[in-house]
Amino acid sequence: MENILEYLKEERAQAWRDELRKKIKSKDRTAIVRVKMHEQDHDIRSRNNLEVNLGLKKEEAVIEAQRCLDCVTPTCIKGCPVNINIPKFVKKIEKEDFLGAAKVLKETNSLPAVCGRVCPQEKQCEQECFYTQKLKLAPVAIGYLERFAADFERESGMSSTPDVAENNGIKVASIGSGPAALAWASDMARFGYKVTVFEALHEIGGVLKYGIPEFRLPNKIVDFEIDNMKKMGIEFRTNFIVGKTMTIDDLREAGYKAFFVGSGAGLPRFMNIPGENAIGVFSANEYLTRINLMNAAKINFDTPVLSGLNVAIIGGGNTAMDSVRTAKRLGAEHAMIIYRRSEEEMPARIEEVKHAKEEGIEFLNLNNPVEYKFDKNGKVTSMILQKMVLGEPDASGRRSPVPLENSEYEIPVDTVVVAVGTSPNPLIPASVSGLKTTRWGTIVVNEDMQSSIEDIYAGGDIVRGGATVILAMGDGRTAAAAMHKNLAKKLLTK
Amino acid sequence: MNKIVEKVIFSENVTKFVVEAPEIARSRKAGHFVIIRLDESGERVPLTIAGSDPEKGTITLVVQRVGVTSAKLLEKNVGDVIKDVAGPLGTATHIAKVGTVLAAGGGVGVAPLLPIVEEFKKAGNRVLTVIAARNKNLIILEEEMRRYSDELIIMTDDGSYGQKGLVTHGMESFINKEKISEAIVIGPAIMMKYAALTTKKYGIPTQASLNTIMVDGTGMCGACRVTVGGKTKFVCVDGPEFDAHQVDFDEMLLKLNAYKTEEKEAYERYLKSKN
Ligand SMILES: Cc1cc2nc3c(=O)[nH]c(=O)nc-3n(C[C@H](O)[C@H](O)[C@H](O)COP(=O)(O)OP(=O)(O)OC[C@H]3O[C@@H](n4cnc5c(N)ncnc54)[C@H](O)[C@@H]3O)c2cc1C
Ligand code: FES
Repeated sequence: MENILEYLKEERAQAWRDELRKKIKSKDRTAIVRVKMHEQDHDIRSRNNLEVNLGLKKEEAVIEAQRCLDCVTPTCIKGCPVNINIPKFVKKIEKEDFLGAAKVLKETNSLPAVCGRVCPQEKQCEQECFYTQKLKLAPVAIGYLERFAADFERESGMSSTPDVAENNGIKVASIGSGPAALAWASDMARFGYKVTVFEALHEIGGVLKYGIPEFRLPNKIVDFEIDNMKKMGIEFRTNFIVGKTMTIDDLREAGYKAFFVGSGAGLPRFMNIPGENAIGVFSANEYLTRINLMNAAKINFDTPVLSGLNVAIIGGGNTAMDSVRTAKRLGAEHAMIIYRRSEEEMPARIEEVKHAKEEGIEFLNLNNPVEYKFDKNGKVTSMILQKMVLGEPDASGRRSPVPLENSEYEIPVDTVVVAVGTSPNPLIPASVSGLKTTRWGTIVVNEDMQSSIEDIYAGGDIVRGGATVILAMGDGRTAAAAMHKNLAKKLLTK
Repeated sequence: MNKIVEKVIFSENVTKFVVEAPEIARSRKAGHFVIIRLDESGERVPLTIAGSDPEKGTITLVVQRVGVTSAKLLEKNVGDVIKDVAGPLGTATHIAKVGTVLAAGGGVGVAPLLPIVEEFKKAGNRVLTVIAARNKNLIILEEEMRRYSDELIIMTDDGSYGQKGLVTHGMESFINKEKISEAIVIGPAIMMKYAALTTKKYGIPTQASLNTIMVDGTGMCGACRVTVGGKTKFVCVDGPEFDAHQVDFDEMLLKLNAYKTEEKEAYERYLKSKN
């Protein structure tokens, strides 16, 4: 930590930063109003699948960057799980060196265009911003600026592939290709390893591809980063289920020296209430996968999806918001969130809740399903809901919902999407003997993200349960650094 | 990309494909399946691995025409490729020496049954097999089945081959003759339902291999969930084989029809696109 602070101080002391600070008075900086994101009109966007947020214009980004006071102690960095040098990249934007800003982002974050779109900034960097903490004003729009710089670089056609060290011939592999594995892979490639990414599905990207919808994170943005990684020499193997197609033992025999497990929290949870197996009741994973991965809503694709007029989504997280807004886009007249607590406790990003409301999503908060009814063909027709009230705070610190006696009522539904969370993917823990897991099925790791087996590291949702893209990436980077150190000690000094 | 290296047409609607998939060929066991996707716009569908040749690096799939994907696949020829083949998936069949095994296969279910019959035989069991279909043309893999079965009965609905009657008749004629230690049934859901009722009557432990709708095949989506003994199970990871006496076949039958309308429309679109 000492080193980092020292480093930040040195960086801040550079002449160009000093000059910028002097150019505008702090009081003029704080007088600037936070920029507004350009968005597609809610009436139009709820009928298409295009991205809702349209990004900032150059001039807007520069003005927003001027708001940043370039604090002596930049608390925002503390709020960032991968410690992006936030003031530095923001000041590069103020200086109109947009490519330079992107470069700063990439020092610590291999997928800034993704994070600029999906990170819960309001709980991270922007929460810790001086504006939020001390001035009680809207924080610098760090997330928008991150997105701006990353998009600028991509669209400029001058995006640079990171330099990679000379190939050291050592083979390493990741299991999964979500953000944790991608972050790990790009660092390992930079260190000079021969990296293979094994993915069970036919697409690379994990949740970024099959879960998060196009209107929030277009696939082409993820694909751009993956193409870059291919240029760095990383090999991607799709349709390869580690533990099934080949086991970790087989891969060791094939010469792989270390592994990073980033297999995610893929297993959908259900509530085990009557009627939950009826036709028309999906897990959010199935619903989103059919649409995002299999393109079910498009006419020339073979995968079907049932999505009706009265669609109820159970849950209040990002997955629930993504599902309900998808249902709206597929033509639902009533696209409803059924959430057992109140809006205040919702784990979804604030922007998602705001967008959902603008798009006409109905929120049935403090409601919980207790049963689904279905017709003679087994197709869901209605659901019984029970009203809830908030009681004492539970272990998570949120006030826990308590059912209200005799409050049951019935509403018609033809599609139900259960988005009440996922459990760790059991495939790897089940196929590797001796791998220590918790009783929730997550892999146990030390601070280096190393598991109970020396050559196996792990990170992301398989370690944390459902978490976030940026935490997953942070894990991947920590694991890469530690793995490199270990392998270098063992193999490179021989 | 997996290349088709051999194609054998069993009947108008059933074809055997041998496909390159070296890693899967080495790791698969009886009872495993693969998920395939024909092309960029294709759906993901499960197909049981009917056999493999680890040396040549190939697996065998037996495909029956049911919808768009199978129809498109049947048109493929040697040298063509299948875009994605992922596997082997599911839990392998538990093979042990148990005594006498009754194996019953209906329609295209005979294909996934073949490797299981082979393994039970190799494990030292006496294997009694019934294969059934609507008519003679739909009976497949008779020779191969005979090789690994101590006795084999063929049943056809119309009596055009073997004995006339349902698969359950064939099963009962074995059951009435000798003591059966264990049974395995694979075929259309409705056939498995009645086959399971038959063995239940005689108290014979029975496994059924379920063929639900799937998407990923890795336990990620829950499209394949069924009720077994009152509990929800995922066929792709917990199965595909389950205690046949515990499976809620009625629920499964309804669920198999979930996309009937969409599938029919897609099939009609497909036929139109060909003309
Ligand atoms: C709908 C939805 C919306 C979300 N929205 C946000 C958001 O706005 N912001 C945010 O920060 N987070 C969000 N999250 C959470 C975030 O996506 C996850 O925390 C993150 O993707 C976890 O990354 P990961 O690398 O651990 O795993 P994943 O992204 O889950 O990737 C794991 C990959 O591993 C593969 N795999 C599993 N087992 C094997 C195996 N044995 N062999 C080979 N491959 C295997 C899987 O197929 C999968 O592709 C959202 C999640 C969902 C589902
Ligand atoms: S097919 Fe998706 S969980 Fe079984």
